Order: sequence, then structure tokens, then C-alpha cells
Amino acid sequence: MIDQATTMPEIEVQFEGSVENFDIDVHFSFPSRGITAFFGPSGCGKTTILRCIAGLNRLNGKFSIDSTVWQDNHIFLPTYKRPIGYVFQEANLFPHLTVKQNLLFGHNRRDAKNPPPTFHEITSLLGLEALLDRSPEYLSGGEKQRVAIARALLTSPKLLLMDEPLSGLDLAAKDEIIAYLDRLQEALDIPMIFVSHDIREVERLADHIILMGQGRIRAQGPLLDLLTDPNLPLATGDDAATILEGQVASFDPTDFLSELSINGGSLYVPGYIGEVGSKQRLRISATDISLSVMVPSKTTILNVIEAKITSIHPMEEGKINVILSLGEDNGTHLLSRITQRSYASLGFKPRQKIFVQIKGVSMVKRLQNF
Amino acid sequence: MWESISLTLKLASITTILLLIVGTPIAWWLARSKSWWKEVIAAIVALPLVLPPTVLGFYLLLAFSPSSPLGSAATALFGHALPFSFEGLVVGSLIYSLPFVVQPVRNAFDAMGDRPMEAAATLRASPLNAFFTVALPLARPGLLTGAVLGFAHTVGEFGVVLMIGGNIPGETKVLSIAIYDHVEALEWGQAHILSLGMLVFSFLIILIMMVTEKRLRRRTS
Repeated sequence: MIDQATTMPEIEVQFEGSVENFDIDVHFSFPSRGITAFFGPSGCGKTTILRCIAGLNRLNGKFSIDSTVWQDNHIFLPTYKRPIGYVFQEANLFPHLTVKQNLLFGHNRRDAKNPPPTFHEITSLLGLEALLDRSPEYLSGGEKQRVAIARALLTSPKLLLMDEPLSGLDLAAKDEIIAYLDRLQEALDIPMIFVSHDIREVERLADHIILMGQGRIRAQGPLLDLLTDPNLPLATGDDAATILEGQVASFDPTDFLSELSINGGSLYVPGYIGEVGSKQRLRISATDISLSVMVPSKTTILNVIEAKITSIHPMEEGKINVILSLGEDNGTHLLSRITQRSYASLGFKPRQKIFVQIKGVSMVKRLQNF
Repeated sequence: MWESISLTLKLASITTILLLIVGTPIAWWLARSKSWWKEVIAAIVALPLVLPPTVLGFYLLLAFSPSSPLGSAATALFGHALPFSFEGLVVGSLIYSLPFVVQPVRNAFDAMGDRPMEAAATLRASPLNAFFTVALPLARPGLLTGAVLGFAHTVGEFGVVLMIGGNIPGETKVLSIAIYDHVEALEWGQAHILSLGMLVFSFLIILIMMVTEKRLRRRTS
């Protein structure tokens, strides 16, 4: 997880003003590494802020990355002088050029001083070799988006900006692009910002979230912390979930089970999810976690872990969010969604030791090995 | 006869090249500017569409006269007065045919939207560089339509030519004037040949333009 020490290189964003009668007033900073998501409902201003960072829109304010200022009261770098890569929602390839010419358009104009990801490196990372001589109009949506990402990366950007890069794609293409983005993040050390209104995309890709609403910042922080923050809308939604990160401890080929060690316990996940020692990101839906005051015996559920109740948050419609800490107090946080009736009959209270039963764990992302 | 034909082609070619050079930036500005008075400029550019050519010719004649400031500047530039000269015809045709170039080119730039230029900017292309490498290639169907319409319209103009050019063989006697002359002189045979030639030429131009434009549009959309 990312720790915000004072020396950490970071991106500072401050914009204020109105675009087409919509007020924006934001000031935030976040680490200039890994993947950051601007998350919020449609029309909350997240795309506008991304465009301001690219210099495509102009609001009063300030933008700096690793202490290099792109905009303040005196400076406004035009878009073409900013070392960014920008991926538009609808790919936006040049229809009069072939795929290869599209890729070379920015590559040939890049600042030669910047370290190059080579043409070959990027095209093979994104699996584009077979498409180079095609015209963009004959590409599928997923292929177009891959070309757009490659085209942006070939400009040797210091920051990759992506505006809803997955929203126009079907599920299969989405999975494919997410896999490519994972590979890219592993291969290239370029900070990425992406805009999304889909929490599933954010869970799978982001390290850091900027949560937005109506032109303001509602919350921000590491993804794992924000998802289980009971004061945020993320934890109260129907698809609330816990994202946790763990290391593969062992794999049992007889039962086909992987064991992951996480802070405060260990989890079994069906199937082979990666070699021993690799880090993985997992998702557990809040409704897949049930609570028991005693060790449940004779159950088919594999994952039964001791935990401590951190806090209890009644919500509407007889539902209750319970925040748990695995093992002792500073273990991994889990979010469990139980009913008012269970809560009343079992009488949970904060700091109580209980057992959590986890019905389903799904792997969302393979993390870099450190 | 051949003198009129070659003069007409020369006039139309020079005018078309100048129209593209002058009309494209105007079309770009009209497509991209957000200022409220751009429609005023658009209306001025479009005026020759509805103005009787003789009215335009009359005002041009006044403006070109060596006693007017514009006319004396032009006289100094070309070494002779503009009325009843080839250069005068070029300037007149330029104004008269401008809307036929600006309109289709502007439509092409409008249809393109902001996205291609934004993409070019994020790929390190300066605005001028992006204009030449992205905007112009994408506007090719519109540029082609504009060039063909401008050319054809210049070939066919009559009223403006008659007002400011007169009827000087090899200098201002273009095809439409020649046809008019033949008819006046009751030389039906000559008038037939030229008219039929114009008819075939016009048909071919429109046909080639439509076919080419369709092909280009498929490639750029």
C-alpha cells in the first residue's frame, strides 16, 4: 500500500471555476505512482478535471507533478507541450491514417530527451503487431482502445490520462483491456489516472481513489481504505465490497486450493491463482461475509477466520454494515452486510470477538512482485 | 474559340487555387470561432449567392476605379487599372465564387468536431502542425467539393465578367461571353459547339466530384 511520506513524489491539483454553468472547486494531491481513479457519478466533473490536467480545458488553478508546474497563476502550458498521454473515451484514432501511422504520429513528435518506450516494446506489450497496416475503421472497439493506449504511451509520457477507457466496451473487451493495463503498469513505471463511474473497474485497477461528487472532492485515499470506510457511499451501496491484498502462501494440487496470507489471517481461494510468493488482489462482497459468535462446525465454508468487531453502522431497510478487523485490532479490515434481525438476535457489539465466514472470494488483480 | 477556352480555364484554375488559399482559413475560423459576429462574416461571405452578379460587378467597378483608394492601390500593384483586365477578373471571380468554397469546407470542419485536433494536441502536435496533418486531410471531401464548385462556378460566370471585364479577346473574353457574342451575331453553329461543350464539361465535373467525394468520405469517417 502507498504511504504518503513527505518526500513522496506527488501530483498536486487545484482547479476552480465553472464550465457551462457547472461549478468546480477541487484541491487535492496524490502519489505520482501507480493507478489513481477519479471516481464518481456521471456529470460530477471528473472528466473536466482530467481535461484541465491535459490543458484541453482551462480553469483557474494550479497543477504540478513531481514539483514541475504545468499551470499556476503565471504559467499555462498548452496541451502539446505537456508530457502526457491521453486516451479518450471513444479511442479517437485518426481515420485517415493506418494503425502504424497513428502510433507514429505522437512517437515522431515526442521529446527525444525522454526515455523511450520503443515502438517494438509497446506494440508487443499491447499485442498490436498484426494490426499495424490496418485502417482504424476495421478494428473492434477493444482493438481501437489498445491502439489508442499504445499511441499515447509512445509519446514517452510522464503521466497517462484515461477518460473512461472501458465504458464503450463489452465485457470481454473490458477484461482484455484491464489485463493489458495491468501488464503495462508492471512493465512501465508511468503514473496513470483514469476516470470511471464503475466501481468494478476501479476495484480491479486502482491503487488510489479520488471520490468526486458535484464538482467537489468527497474523499480520497488508498482504494483498500476507502472501500470499507463506513462514512462513504462506497460502503453503503448494494455492491459494497472489501478489496484486500495478500500473498500466495501455498497451493494444494489435490484439492486445487490456493492459500493466501493476509494481514490477520489466511484465506483459501479455489483454483490456482498464481505462483507461491506472488501478490494478489482479492474481492469479497459485503453480503458474502456472515458472522458467527461461535466457531461454526460442520460447515462447507472453507474460510472461517477469527475477527474483532470494529464498528457497527445501521442503514436503511433493515440492513447493517459491520466493520471487522481480522485477528487482532490492526488486522485487515472487512466489511460485512448483515440484517437487522440477525443483529438483534445475536447482539453484536463493538470490540466483540467473533468468527467470520466468507462464502466467496474472487481474484481481481495480480499485483507486482516487490 | 480556343483563345476563349484557354482563357476561361486559366481564369478558373488561378481563381480556384486562390480560393482554396483564402477560403480555407476563413472556413476554419467560421467553424471554430465562438465569437458572436462570426455569423455576420459568414453572411458577408455568402452574399454573392443571392446578390445579382451585375450588382456585385457594379460595386467592384466602382471600387476598382483608379480614383478610389482601393483602385489606386491595385493600380500601383499591378501596373494598370483593374477594370477590363485579367487580374480584375480574377479578383472579381474570387469574391463571386468564395461562398462555393467556404461553405463545403466549413461544413467539413464542423463535421470533424473538436476531437481530432484535441487528440493531435495530446500527441505533441502544435495547432498549426495539427491543422496541416489532421484537419486538412480529414476535410479532404469538403476541400474537393469546394474546389470543384469554385472552378465550375468561375467557368460559368457571366454577369460579373461583363460588368468589370468587358469583352477583350485574350484578356477578358471568357467562354460565357463568347457564347453570348455568337448568339448576338446569330452564329448558332459556334454557339452550339461551345454550349454543348460546357454542358458535357459541367456534367462530367459533377459526376467525377460525386464519385470521388463518396470514396474520400468512406475513407475519412
